[in-house]
Amino acid sequence: MTEGIARIWRNQRDRYNLIGTHCEECKNDFFPQRKICPVCRRKGKLKEKQMPTTGKIYSFTLVTGGPVGFDYETPYYLAIVELDNKVKILTQIVDSDDDKVKIGQPVKAMFRRIQTHGEEGLIAYGYKFKVV
Amino acid sequence: MAKIMKSDASVRSASPVINAGVGIVSYGYFVPRLRIKVSDIAATWGKDASVGESLGVKEKAVGAWDEDSCTFAVEASRMALKATAGANGGSGINPQEIGAIYVGSESKPYAVKPSAAIVAEAIQATPSLTAADLEFACKAGTAGMQMAMGLVSSGMINYGLAIGSDTAQAQPGDALEYTAGSGAAAFIIGKKNVIATIDDTYSFTTDTPDFWRRQHAEFPQHAGRFTGEPAYFKHVQGATQGILEKTGTTTKDYDYVVFHQPNGKFPLRVAKSLGFGDEAVKQGLITPFIGNTYSAASMIGLVSVLDVAKPGDKILLCSYGSGSGSDAFVLTVQDEITKPNRRPSVKLLDYIAKNKKYVDYAGYAKHRKKIKHIE
Ligand SMILES: [Zn+2]
Repeated sequence: MTEGIARIWRNQRDRYNLIGTHCEECKNDFFPQRKICPVCRRKGKLKEKQMPTTGKIYSFTLVTGGPVGFDYETPYYLAIVELDNKVKILTQIVDSDDDKVKIGQPVKAMFRRIQTHGEEGLIAYGYKFKVV
Repeated sequence: MAKIMKSDASVRSASPVINAGVGIVSYGYFVPRLRIKVSDIAATWGKDASVGESLGVKEKAVGAWDEDSCTFAVEASRMALKATAGANGGSGINPQEIGAIYVGSESKPYAVKPSAAIVAEAIQATPSLTAADLEFACKAGTAGMQMAMGLVSSGMINYGLAIGSDTAQAQPGDALEYTAGSGAAAFIIGKKNVIATIDDTYSFTTDTPDFWRRQHAEFPQHAGRFTGEPAYFKHVQGATQGILEKTGTTTKDYDYVVFHQPNGKFPLRVAKSLGFGDEAVKQGLITPFIGNTYSAASMIGLVSVLDVAKPGDKILLCSYGSGSGSDAFVLTVQDEITKPNRRPSVKLLDYIAKNKKYVDYAGYAKHRKKIKHIE
């Protein structure tokens, strides 16, 4: 369940700082980054843009049977978070009381470990969200 | 052969005074949410529950399984940057203007691979800056402050970021386990927009074998009672007396004093021995609530003081790192601190009180990966 080093490195900027894309034609924001605007197709003019680091829970589930490598954190909340610019992202919810993990709750991005290659390998960092 | 005594007062007063307008531009902190009560640790090892009382520590902060000193450092640094929002007429400080990042820690996630570079990337300060990780037990963070001060004072950089961060490690069952906490503090050092000037600094260093961790060892070892008088007290007193002499000030001149805090008792004892009242120490004494945050401990105490400080207040800060050394600083709070959006939106003590979830010893052992587990 772990990604290769090259992929971790490629995704690093997006995952550290929520860097997505903005289309200057249709004014839409996208995350993760797109090579072609899904709305304007070839007519789109894309540039990098940092997504807002706050939003609200759009939907969520409690994962009780996590995949291999997630033994320490299971059970954990997996949620679709709608950022302040309406972009939706899939993320874990951490550091939040069970009764606060609800649809519509405001959340903010946190910097956390997202995967590790065993005890001696690379540590990948990225975003998770917490209820504020 | 004649011994050269650098602690001689004449040498001290002859050393250069730093005061060049350099100071703290902003600050941030991070404390993980999990807590374990010292009484639960004591019960696990069949010790009396009163151990917490004798150490002056009620509970300690514990990093979750997916947190480490690097994630703490990033959170504290982001808060420090956010707290510059009211500076420069509301435009804040661009992370691209940060010319140096130093992370002081003794619990780096990697033995080789700099946390400072990860922090730099995570606050978007890359690529035009210098960065390094520092280690001097619990005083590596204040060493970073001094390095940043030097670079700013000399004009080599505009802003430097100094961070102290630790997921304080302790061997299960060892006396250190009661107090080894987790947290981080970050300070942006500069010459413009300072909320507190750093008027001077003075350090006191000797080779003292009170506490160490060898390269491949998981947990540190310490020399028990040896960690008190010849280590902590000698160096904290040495550095504090040194900076008082160097600046021609006395204990009465300070509104607040912050010492390294391995437990809740040592800072009060060392303050009393130097002539400071308990009241001056209290605001910066954070270890009773989150444990000893090692490299962050004295810096996080300064955070708590700056949370309530008023222009004109004088603060004395003195760190301690085993091995051993202390860095002392004299600060004067400036008007800038009263401007809107120039401090974190939540005070450290409020954050600590409201953001916590208790775990028992088994939960703590799991999160800190002290349980052997097949991946
Ligand atoms: Zn478009």
